[in-house]
Order: sequence, then C-alpha cells, then structure tokens
Amino acid sequence: MKWTRREVLKGLGGIPILGSLWWAGSASAITKKKERTEILEQLNIEPSLPAEVPEVTGEPVRVGIIGFGIRGEQLCRSLGFATKEWRAEMEEEMKENPQNKALEVFDQQDKLNVVITGVCDAFDYRANRAINSFSTDKIKVKRYTTHQEMIRSGDVEAVVIATPDHWHAPMAIDALENNIHVYVEKPMTHTIEETYRLKEAARNSKAVMTVGHQHRQTQSFKTAQDIISKGVLGHVSLITTSTNRNDDNGAWNYEIHPDANENTIDWDLFLGSAPKIPFNKNHFFRWRKWWAYGSGLSGDLLSHDYDRLNCVLNFGIPDSISASGGVYTHRDGRNVPDVLQVNMEFPKYSTGSSQVKGKEKGLTFIYSATLGNGFGRPTLLMGHDGTMELGNSLTIWPEGGSTKFAEMIENEKMNPGVPIYYYNPGANIPDAISSATSQYFADKGLLWTYLNGKRVDSTWLHMREWLSVLRNGGKVSCGIKEGFEEAMTAHMTGLSWKLGRRIDWDRDKEELVPIEGIDFDQALLESPDPESDHIKV
Amino acid sequence: MSETNSRQLKNSVTFLRVLIGWHFLYEGVTKLFNPDWTSMGYLASAKGPFNWLFSAMANDSIIGVIDVLNWLALIIIGMTLILGIYERLGASIAIVLLAMYYLAHPPFPGIEQINVEGTYWFVNKNLIELAACIVLLRFPTGSHFGLPYIMNKKSKSE
Repeated sequence: MKWTRREVLKGLGGIPILGSLWWAGSASAITKKKERTEILEQLNIEPSLPAEVPEVTGEPVRVGIIGFGIRGEQLCRSLGFATKEWRAEMEEEMKENPQNKALEVFDQQDKLNVVITGVCDAFDYRANRAINSFSTDKIKVKRYTTHQEMIRSGDVEAVVIATPDHWHAPMAIDALENNIHVYVEKPMTHTIEETYRLKEAARNSKAVMTVGHQHRQTQSFKTAQDIISKGVLGHVSLITTSTNRNDDNGAWNYEIHPDANENTIDWDLFLGSAPKIPFNKNHFFRWRKWWAYGSGLSGDLLSHDYDRLNCVLNFGIPDSISASGGVYTHRDGRNVPDVLQVNMEFPKYSTGSSQVKGKEKGLTFIYSATLGNGFGRPTLLMGHDGTMELGNSLTIWPEGGSTKFAEMIENEKMNPGVPIYYYNPGANIPDAISSATSQYFADKGLLWTYLNGKRVDSTWLHMREWLSVLRNGGKVSCGIKEGFEEAMTAHMTGLSWKLGRRIDWDRDKEELVPIEGIDFDQALLESPDPESDHIKV
Repeated sequence: MSETNSRQLKNSVTFLRVLIGWHFLYEGVTKLFNPDWTSMGYLASAKGPFNWLFSAMANDSIIGVIDVLNWLALIIIGMTLILGIYERLGASIAIVLLAMYYLAHPPFPGIEQINVEGTYWFVNKNLIELAACIVLLRFPTGSHFGLPYIMNKKSKSE
C-alpha cells in the first residue's frame, strides 16, 4: 500500500495538533502552578485553625443573664438558648429567603454545657420573654430585680452582662468581688476611673472575666497574625478601618416596644449612676445615642475595629488620639457624634522592616465612621512590601515599591495589581444576610467564622472558650489586659472629640497625660447639649 | 450538490470540528494539570431555573467526582473531535456539557451575568458552540480528515 504525503496528512494530521495542545496546556498550567508555589513558598503563610479548647464536663455551668435586650438575646443564642419569638421570626424570614441560614446554623450549633438559671432586666416584657422560653421542667429561670441579688443568690456561678455601658463596670466588679465569672460586653467600662477599678477587681478575683470581642476567634485574623509576624507586609505605616452605615438600626434607632411604660420599666434601675431625668422611652431603648449611658461610635464600633487590629498586631494603647466629627446625619436629639474621624498614633511601633535598619518606625491607625452612608470601605493594612485587606476573608497585594518583592516584581512573577494571596475559609458557602447591619458585622468578621469549612457563630466560640477556661483553667483570648486597652482607647477617643484636643497616653505610668483644669471622667460623662433645632422623634 | 461544493462543505465542517476539539482539549488539559482548579464556584453561583441542581452538584461530598468528570469529558471531546474517531460520541457529550454550562448561567433577562465578556440575550457563545456541535453530530467528517481516513484506505486496499 502506497501513501502520498497528502493522504498521511489527512489521516494523521490530528495527532500533532493533539500533541501540541497537550504540551501547551500542561506547560501553561504547570508554569502557573510553579510561579504560584514559588510565591507561596516565599510568603510561607500558614492558615491557622482556632485553638481547640477542652470541653466543659460535669455539671452544667449555671449562668445568669443581666440585660436581655437585643445583644442579650444574641448572646443567649450563642449559649444555645433561642426565644420562641426569634424562632418564629426566623421561620418567617426563611420562607421569604431560603438562603437565610440563621436558624439552621443555630440548630446545628454544638450544645455548650450550660443552663440559664436567672435573668435580670429592667423591662418586664424582656425578663418574661427569657423566662418563658428558657425555663424547663427541671429549671425555672428566676427573675432578679437587681444584679446584686442575682450575684448573691448562690444560683449562678457566671453572669453575662449585656446592659447599657454605664452599668458594665459596677456589675462586673460586684460579680468578680464575689468570685462570679463574668462575660461583659464591650466597652467594658464607661469611665477612666472604672477601667482601673475593674482591672484591679479582675486581678484580685478567682473568677474568670472575658470581654465580648468575639472576633478574636475569627480564623482570618489568626492567619493575619502569621502573615504579619513573617514580615510579608514589611513595615506597616498606615491602617485604615471604617464604619459605614445608613439605616435606622445601624444608627441605634431601635424599635420602641409597645408594652413599654413607667409600670413595666424600672426607670430608676436603668438610670443607675446616670443623671436623674424623667421617664423617657427613647433613652431606654436607644441609650447608645447618649453619653450618659453609652459612648456612641467610639465605644460601640471603634472598639471593635481597634480590638480587631490589636488582636493581630498587639500594639496596645495608642500614644495619642485625635478625633473630630459631629452629629451630622441624625439630628434627632442624640449627643454622641454620628460622623467620627479618629487618628491613633503609635510612633514607636513596628511590624518589622525589609529596608535598612532604623529607616522605618511608627504607625497611624485611622478609624473613619459615618452613619449617613453605607458604602463598604475595607480594612486595609498598608505596608512597604504589601497591602492586606482584612475581613472574614483576607487578600494581599504586593507593593510596587517593595524591597522584599523587588526581584519577583522585576521578573514579572508578581504584579502590584494582582493579589499574591487570598484566604477565604468560607469560600463557596453561599448565604444570605438579612439586614444591612448584619452585613456590616459579617464583612468585618464579627458575626461568624469558619471551622473546618463549616460556618460557626464567632460569639459561640468566644463563649465556649470562656466556659472552658472557667471550668478547666487556661487563658481567655480577650481578658482584662485586652479589655483595659480597648476601653482606654475608646475613652481617649471620646475625650478627644469632646474636648477638641489631642489626648496622650503615658505608657510607663499607664495613665492619661493630665491636662490642666480638666477632669477626664467629668468630661467623659458630660452630656453636651445637642443643637436645639433637631427633629423630634 | 456539486462535487466542489460538497468538498468545500466537508472542509469547512472539518475546520469547525478541529477548532471545537482544540477549544475543549485545551480547557481539559489545563484543568487536569491544575490541582487547584474546581468547578465549585461556577456551580455554587449558578443562577436561573436549574440553580438547585447545580448547587447540589457543588456539594462537598460529590464535587471531587464532578470535577474529574468535567475535565475527563472535556479531554474526551477534544480528542475525538481532533482525531476524528468516535466524533459523534464526542459531539454528543459536548452538546450535553454545553447545555449544562448554558443552563447554569443562562443569559435570560433579569438573571445576573457573572464573569461574561459580552452582552447576551438568550443566545450566548455556549449556545452557538452547542449548535455547531449539532452540525458535527449530523455531518461526521472523520473519514475526510482523521484516523478513519487511514482505516478506510487500509480496508479498501485489503
């Protein structure tokens, strides 16, 4: 049989095409993989898992809830207790949006070894809501009029404090002095003086105190610690974080319950050390808007952003803070600012340097907040060698002018516009989030994290850690040292805004640098008169 | 049809067959050699009337199998169309695969299009390639260009 060249081509021409494609395809994929491996080897980042904590065995921990408002209910769910009303609400939401996984995540949450034995709330409806949902055949949840009664009842060994800020320290100190374990919401105190007093109480107590900064359990933050310690970003000179909200809930204009009146609310109990004013539902439900009970953006939201970064960088209290802003978007009678810009200076801090020794030192941390626009501005850590965007996921871009990566950028193995590292422990877990405020918290890694690819509530992890430590010993990740730093930073911010001047921290003396003629606590508690032309709500 | 026309048609369809084979094979090989590749994101983000099916395919327990089937199908289609053997089987698998790609992210009005480089209304490139595969299925050209050409000649001479 004879073959012409044309016949061979027609019969076997496909084979070289096939071979070429195979070679080109495999070479391209292998080269890309090699380049990626080279980058990853140089970065040497190890995504870390949250530390395993020993289980709480034996008798369940008997917990008392002080403050059963919005946050109090959330904390109870993290403990494994949901109200009937919340369940019904979630079932409704799931009907409208099947992607809403809140109830599913709650039902799948591993049970913590706790029982709720008591509740304390100034509003009858809320206390009854807890009693009706959490009481069992064996344990009827008991209502206590005051925290003192609960702490001394002998029926609780641990308390969860989710009250207005001005009640945090008095309750936490009283509990600790009676060796009752404490989980207290942030900011842990309302004044400078209390911050020192709570520190003393925590140090002298046999009980375990933790502050409610649940994001310390977030997986991406633990990985970020590894990235920073390996010097991937080089010297970080600027950090920017922000709060961007534009809805009533985000501006603390919570619903006023129809059952609320002078007979159902113990008004004097709510006021406590706050200035005596006549009964006011607006103040009771929306206390975050007034310095008398809360601390606005500085204590509520800056505290989260500050601690989020302090847990990664461990930079402590800033050497100085300057803040400015005002009540610009919700002129409804509030006296805490709703637009706030804060510069925190750490002139001696360094994350390490890839350049000549001594060239780089110092860091500015900017917190920028508005309650009048919800456009998401990411948290950025800006270093000489790289930029990191930090949320529930984590992305790193190399810097065009980097010393560390100069060669790889020169050889086009890295491109400043293309991320060199992306970490998303929850990748491909689709989910829907119900409100703008929860989206805000979720993006920041404040709502949940991922454990072995499964979504878990970070507050549940935080509670689990606290319960384990109080039974088995060990160290909580947000204890008195971290709480002290967070509270002091929030108070310095509040003072700076109120006084319109820079507030300095003396690291050696561990105190604020005095300003002549100024009593810091008096300034912090003072209620500036909001402008008189505000809109009445 | 005149002989010239028929030859031109054969040449054109052969050209189309090789191009489609090329496209599939390269996609398959790059996926095979990239251990990090997965179709999970594509499936999990599926939109339209069949998103329940694609989301189910993205499930952790079966995504590994789905990924292997995907690159295997791409490579089989590529090889058969380039070599001209079992080309009708290759074209059939291609039609099924392209129909799935089309339905996972259908260019229907009101459905968000992710990662697309053009603007489409019902018809997109997946659908056009699918239609081209129907032509390949109906009009095999392996005996014109491909291994069957050799086999035919061999059997004729024997």
